[in-house]
Amino acid sequence: MSRVRNNSLDRRSQLQKRSQLLQSLRAFFYERDVLEVDTPMLSAGATPDLHLRSLSSRVQIPGIKEAQTLYWHTSPEYPMKRLLCEGSGDIFYLGKVFRDGDLSPRHQVEFTMLEWYRLGFTLQQLIDEVCELINSILPTPRKIQQLSYRQAFAELAGIEDIFQADAQSCIECLQRYGVPEIVGVDADDKPLWEQLVLTEVIEPQLGQGVISVLCDFPARDAALARINPQDAKFAERFEVFVDAMELANGYRELTDARLYRQRFEANLLQRSQFGLSPVPLDEKLLQALEKYSLPDCSGVALGVDRLLMLQQGFTDIEQGLSFGLHDA
Amino acid sequence: MASYSTSEFKNGLKFLMDGQPCTILDNTIVQPGKGQAFNRVKYRNLMTGRVLEKTFKSGEKVDSADVIDTDLQYLYNDGEFWHFMDVESFEQYQAPESAVSDINKWLIEQDMCTVTLFNGQPISVTPPKQVTLEVTETDPGLKGDTAGTGGKPATLSTGAVVQVPLFVQIGEMVVVNTEKGEYVSRAK
Repeated sequence: MSRVRNNSLDRRSQLQKRSQLLQSLRAFFYERDVLEVDTPMLSAGATPDLHLRSLSSRVQIPGIKEAQTLYWHTSPEYPMKRLLCEGSGDIFYLGKVFRDGDLSPRHQVEFTMLEWYRLGFTLQQLIDEVCELINSILPTPRKIQQLSYRQAFAELAGIEDIFQADAQSCIECLQRYGVPEIVGVDADDKPLWEQLVLTEVIEPQLGQGVISVLCDFPARDAALARINPQDAKFAERFEVFVDAMELANGYRELTDARLYRQRFEANLLQRSQFGLSPVPLDEKLLQALEKYSLPDCSGVALGVDRLLMLQQGFTDIEQGLSFGLHDA
Repeated sequence: MASYSTSEFKNGLKFLMDGQPCTILDNTIVQPGKGQAFNRVKYRNLMTGRVLEKTFKSGEKVDSADVIDTDLQYLYNDGEFWHFMDVESFEQYQAPESAVSDINKWLIEQDMCTVTLFNGQPISVTPPKQVTLEVTETDPGLKGDTAGTGGKPATLSTGAVVQVPLFVQIGEMVVVNTEKGEYVSRAK
């Protein structure tokens, strides 16, 4: 396949579509008095998340003999949270982030992210705002289908209670839905088989003609979301899907500095169990959280290149870019 | 034996699956925002030609397959094997029926073909894009029709049957596209 877009789309009109999308997104937040922040892309700390790979660079700093390793952000979350701690109020970031190794018709190593934080918003208020924003961009507004993680497994994969189900029932579900053979997963690795049911069986059914919002994730998938105070089984986290594509991921944010450190340390432990090298934690974030504590807020990150794909009906993320990674 | 990790997967990569050589047709990374990455792989079994799908956990390894494409000259068929020769080293190879069953109607002695070797043995043969063959049987048609608007079936010297224009006669040489099995022109 040629990496160069092969339709006869006029180059300038292609660039205009992206430009118009960026303008519309900014206008959405200016109207709501959310402040645009342009946080640093390079940082001394990196995300310890097991599944995110940060790019790094060697940076020569005057006065220090050895070049220092700095990490390119995988999302602007940490510096944005520092700003929130310092009293910035509602903020958004619209710009590039980097994730090593991600390249497919839906991924680029370098891609554009829209991330925003709303003070005092409940998760539901943020879900409503995300859907409003997506509907303001899509060619025709869609109805919202909100369903819990457990409900999705029951209704879309036929697994009555995924929290009680075993690995075998996930394997049988994959077979029932005709998913091609999976190689390299231990028969008793329930969390991974569960993930496969989600990505191979459930996700293809999400966002078909609607905007699907998946919420009430299991607590182990909380990342930096708050655990539901009413039921510790669930994390206050949601994901948004349109045309089977994950578009956004949001949290009712964890505010307790000690819990941040605990979750980061747990991530580092996981990394070492998986044989991955450790990364330096963002100590400046941890200090800010300890010093000021994060105000009660909800935050979300949304893939802008994917939003453009959905708006324009592109099948490959490169169709909306000036130059993709292969061509850069 | 050399092996490939999922991070090396790309289209055209040759690997072994259940002892049989395969080639990757499509490799898509499934990377959930929070979760383990997988490679969704569509591949062709080079022995059977079947297209299959498997999903590999990121970091899994497959064994490499000793598969190479080489240009060889077709010599003859002895009733059981189809014989080919490397025109530089004069080394000869014999391909079984299974390697040529789809394309033996396009094999002409002395023609250069692309032969896929697995562990040094031919497993598939790609004939030249165009071959020139004699028409051995076709309806005489109308002598005066040279416009070539209609068509009729013609049997060629290898037994292949193609649609040809009405003006083509028995004994004439015609050029045929072997990928599509279509008449191209009369040979000059």
